[in-house]
Amino acid sequence: MPSVSKRLATDLLFKGVLGLATVILFIPLIMILYYIIVNGAGAISWAFLTSLPKPPGEIGSGIGNAIVGSAILICIACTISVPIGVGVGVFLSEKPTHTIAKMVRICLEILQGIPSIVIGIISYLWVVLPMGGFSALSGGIALSLMMLPLVIRSTEETLKLIPQSLKEASLGLGVPYYRTMTKIIIPAGRPGISTGIILGISRVAGETAPLLFTAFGNPFLTFNIMKPVNSLPSLIYNYATSPYSDWQQAAWGASLVLILFLFTLSLIARTISTR
Amino acid sequence: MRKTSQLSPEDRNIRIYETLFSWILKFFSVLVVATLVGILATILIQALPSFRDAGINFYTGKSWDPVFKHFSATPFVVGTLATTVLALLISIPFSLSIALFSGFYLHPGRITSTIRLLIDLLAGIPSVIYGFWGLSIVVPAVRQFELFSGRVPYGVGIFTAALILSIMIVPYAASIGRDVIALVPSDLKEAGLALGATPYEVVRWIVMPYSKAGLLSGILLSFGRAIGETMAVTMVIGNANKIPGSIFDPANTISSIIANEFAEATDPIYVSHLIHMGLILFITTTAIGLFGRRVIKKWSSH
Amino acid sequence: MNKQILEISNLSVSIGNDTIIDNISMDFHWKKITTILGPSGCGKTTLIRCINRMHELIPHARVSGSILLFKKNIYEMNPILVRREIGMVFQRPNPFPTMSIYDNVIAGYKLNGIKLGSAEKDNIVETSLCRAGLWSEVKDALHRRGAFLSGGQQQRLCIARALAMKPRILLLDEPTSALDPKSTGHIEDLVSELKESVTIIMVTHNIRQASRISDFTAFLSKGELVEYGSTEKLFTVPEDKRTEEYLSRSAG
Repeated sequence: MPSVSKRLATDLLFKGVLGLATVILFIPLIMILYYIIVNGAGAISWAFLTSLPKPPGEIGSGIGNAIVGSAILICIACTISVPIGVGVGVFLSEKPTHTIAKMVRICLEILQGIPSIVIGIISYLWVVLPMGGFSALSGGIALSLMMLPLVIRSTEETLKLIPQSLKEASLGLGVPYYRTMTKIIIPAGRPGISTGIILGISRVAGETAPLLFTAFGNPFLTFNIMKPVNSLPSLIYNYATSPYSDWQQAAWGASLVLILFLFTLSLIARTISTR
Repeated sequence: MRKTSQLSPEDRNIRIYETLFSWILKFFSVLVVATLVGILATILIQALPSFRDAGINFYTGKSWDPVFKHFSATPFVVGTLATTVLALLISIPFSLSIALFSGFYLHPGRITSTIRLLIDLLAGIPSVIYGFWGLSIVVPAVRQFELFSGRVPYGVGIFTAALILSIMIVPYAASIGRDVIALVPSDLKEAGLALGATPYEVVRWIVMPYSKAGLLSGILLSFGRAIGETMAVTMVIGNANKIPGSIFDPANTISSIIANEFAEATDPIYVSHLIHMGLILFITTTAIGLFGRRVIKKWSSH
Repeated sequence: MNKQILEISNLSVSIGNDTIIDNISMDFHWKKITTILGPSGCGKTTLIRCINRMHELIPHARVSGSILLFKKNIYEMNPILVRREIGMVFQRPNPFPTMSIYDNVIAGYKLNGIKLGSAEKDNIVETSLCRAGLWSEVKDALHRRGAFLSGGQQQRLCIARALAMKPRILLLDEPTSALDPKSTGHIEDLVSELKESVTIIMVTHNIRQASRISDFTAFLSKGELVEYGSTEKLFTVPEDKRTEEYLSRSAG
């Protein structure tokens, strides 16, 4: 029979190994953050954030067009996915057993699992080919397809938690159903729904793969959604894989901007959902 | 009782809005279903020329050479499997450790919420930044190792890609694992402890056997997730369109070949072959995802 | 003979700011059945969980006072050893679903990493199941999983699992609260037989059950030990008004 001290030692060792593995995993996290901050902080300045890219070797290059491009792409994605997502979420929570609701659930599960590169192909075939060229619109549509399941899920989950009595109170006052939903129920679920939207934005803001052959990239500043646009992730991809050290430097700066943006989003989401 | 014909204009407006509201909701829902059906149909139709052109050779052939019109997915299927399986092997001990450590050993408290926060941070870093970090830090390190061990010092390759991919899938796998382990009924854990077992012995003989099915489907789901991962892998795998001979060889995965060549492909049949690979990706990830989640759902409801 | 098997002195337990057990002292009697009686929330489950240190699984629980097991303070012993001497049966039957009936009975040995010969194992399984009154019902299905057993049978399997470790004290935490009357009767008969070989401490909120099978009864209210003495005396001439009130109200 194994002695108690030996068994306790095994238990302690096991716990130690688990703890060690947990700590080891965070080394890459700390390294990544360290490199981004150390290399990126040096690159960032007001000029860097507002200027346009320049050919390698020229000073004063910036990422202004990529920031504007990312903003345009996110706006397009939200414009499409938020109304549809909230609408479908309301439908799912109101009529959970409806045939269409059941079909939507299966579709969402599949949609959520589609690799982002395949989403890129779809948007290329649906938008880029008919329009005859790369565009911000096609990129925004690709991102909206990725955001949609998240918005729907969070709306449905949030509305399910809103007490039935609230709806009954409103209906009991003679308020029509559509008004009860739009004026009482959806506002009551606003924190949860906004959290879902913010999480959706932070999911797509860092995506590169669906933009490779949709928004494509553009060294110039444009506000035209029918023209290709640059974005922070695409810029990081192009600069990171380039051989020029000043471009790589700019990629670190862009990474820092992107990471700060994403962390801010998740901070906002956390504050909203815990309030 | 008032008849419909006697409705006041205000009542009629309400009726109209009411109907409109429910029609819009229904329309949006049907739109979601139609989108998915459309996606599937589009990929299938666009991949048809590839089926006709290459036939079974697409799966049995050995090379991909657009210039000579040799199109076979084999190098990329092999590359994908090698990269993802290796990444899983590296990541499983870590994901399982975190799952057990924070789901079984620690009481919910400051440490578990710190671990959760760090995991969330790890999950929130975009793929392209993992790839960038991999290019500038991991690739040189692997190159040093290859020089040291007498291999060709590519730096990039399957091993490097798997290393980075393994870090990327840990947050996903660990959170599934933690949920699965948290579902082990506490009265079973207590029964084990009451018999005088140490926590380790409870994990070994009660928690692990109980959660086996859930953990296995968690691994399967992580596998499905890893297959679709594109950017980081594309940046560090070396982009070689041949069947890799070793895990240190440069290669391409299904997703990285699409990322690299889709925008440049001009010949329609070339595009169709790439879409055909998108179809493979779509079907495998969907099948794995649906199957894995069904198993977890069934397992957690008993 | 009244060996000093288990002595609780000045035991207090608090979770956060709530006092669950308030300065309880009591001795238990060798090879007798003691029931701990009281309304729900009076701390009776916490009390017996302190006896095998299972309360340590509750975060932020603080304990003061001492519990002596054969004159040794269990808070200075390793919990593993305490739990080997003091077996426990829980409210809801909790056989290990991944193990066969056979493996469930010897689970304590397996979990503790004790290697046994197969003859020895067979012997322990048969003896324990016989003591738990389950042997004749399951002897042909030993290597099947216990899922097909009824609730009462599962609970007896859990008792067999605890008995297999040859504990000197058996703690039963409302063992029949999840069972039907017939199974309850079975368990009660079983417990009465078991006192030949093991000291039993049972928590219950069922007054009739306490009067039917126990030798001694302790009445707890709001974390306080109101009255403790022979079952006969406590049920016929209770000293404390609160006991009397509880007994009469619940019986009526």
